[in-house]
Amino acid sequence: MPLAPVVVTGIGIISSLGNDFPQLMEALLAGRSGVCEVPSLDQVGGLRSRLAAIVNGVDPKQIPRKFRRSMSNMSVFAYLAGKQALEMAGYPDDRLDSGELGVFIGSTLGSTATSESFFKDYFRDHSLERMKTGLFFQLMGHSCAANVAQSLGITGRVMAPSAACATSCQAVGYAYEQIALGRQEAILCGGADEFHPLTVATFDIMHAASTGFNRQPNAAPRPFDSRRDGVVCGEGSGILLLESKVSARQRGARILAEVVGFATNSDTSSIANPDVGALVTCMHLALKDAGLAAEEVDYVNAHATGTEQGDIAEAEAIRQLFADRVPVSSLKGHLGHTMAASGAIELAVSIGMLERQQLIATRNLEQIDERCAGIAHLQQNRAQQVKIILKNNFAMGGINCTVILRSYLHD
Amino acid sequence: MTEQEVIELIDSSLAEEFELDRVDMTPEANIYEELGLDSLDTVDMVIVLEGAFDFKIREEEAVRAIRTLGDIHRFVLEKVADQN
Repeated sequence: MPLAPVVVTGIGIISSLGNDFPQLMEALLAGRSGVCEVPSLDQVGGLRSRLAAIVNGVDPKQIPRKFRRSMSNMSVFAYLAGKQALEMAGYPDDRLDSGELGVFIGSTLGSTATSESFFKDYFRDHSLERMKTGLFFQLMGHSCAANVAQSLGITGRVMAPSAACATSCQAVGYAYEQIALGRQEAILCGGADEFHPLTVATFDIMHAASTGFNRQPNAAPRPFDSRRDGVVCGEGSGILLLESKVSARQRGARILAEVVGFATNSDTSSIANPDVGALVTCMHLALKDAGLAAEEVDYVNAHATGTEQGDIAEAEAIRQLFADRVPVSSLKGHLGHTMAASGAIELAVSIGMLERQQLIATRNLEQIDERCAGIAHLQQNRAQQVKIILKNNFAMGGINCTVILRSYLHD
Repeated sequence: MTEQEVIELIDSSLAEEFELDRVDMTPEANIYEELGLDSLDTVDMVIVLEGAFDFKIREEEAVRAIRTLGDIHRFVLEKVADQN
């Protein structure tokens, strides 16, 4: 069965470094950091990390109350980013309810803030009498996807992949497959997450959250750096509009890039620590899917979150496939780790790099850890010809994911 | 509470919860067609009124018959009078 070529025609972004795609690109090219001190983290007993990359300047009230009542912040972010992606793509309003447009958007969990506020009240007297109807809709595993579909009137397939930090990389990959198979004409895909102290705690209790730069927020996280000390949690949303090339060309849409390869696999060696072999296999499978050799890749956008073990394993896996020939960088040093949103935000930025033929370096990578050496780390932004980008995201639970992008050759 | 205070508490509570414009909140206003509430909102309306007046009305048959803001005023005034 012939597969349909799949392209990206729209991008939407809500992030700590700007609430649309151009703002984010400008901030990243300027090397800015979205990380700040969060004084309220002092109030959480036992929590040592004080940093996060927080979204600013979003007014949820721009969303009609009927839709907003079932949304926590993560759905607000996903809705706004989804709307931006459709607008950038010029996707026609009369196709929203055609059944040919789908929504694949995931988050790590339903809203933790909503859960906390419900249980705080519930534990007063174990009464459900004050529970309002919007609660469940904010807690659902598919809250972001359902809210985006409902509020934008999208009637095609809805799916909410949830694989922690690999969530939105998977969402884009699954959307690519569905469109390639001809099951949908276009899919809004990506992820969203909202900041909550428990997310930081998840990493801190495993000694995987940054704690040594609490008074120097812009110095963390530090992917691949010898002084890296863990993750800085972030929030936001990244949404791409994927579309069949035929549909995009018929509409006369501007094509931003092609999605040409995808793979995801399960690493059963550990639920928490990545195995080099499984990472290599994932990247290799994505290259095979794209029909590309490792030699044809021009840049690797790494998952690299700034943890001790994750960065070493990823660097080694990249070294085995690409040696020191292909430039590698991570965007976590600028944006922190936006969890379920990270894959799609970083894919969006990768598309920005393809458009500008400009690679963005790893922020805070000053002294390369010798255990992460042997690959071509980017420590300065660099103008370079780029045609093929390989993008990784790896998640707790042993989930690996790789997507491959190609610059679109206009004819 | 005077009758006027009860009505004011109802209207201010509902205006806050459902982001209603007080100008539209006439006693004749149909809560569905004119104020834009739906079935989920009516469940939340009961919770808001229970919280504001410290009574239980969820199981009351009369709640289901409410159509206008004036119906709500009358229903709550009766309940408040019963409480006293």
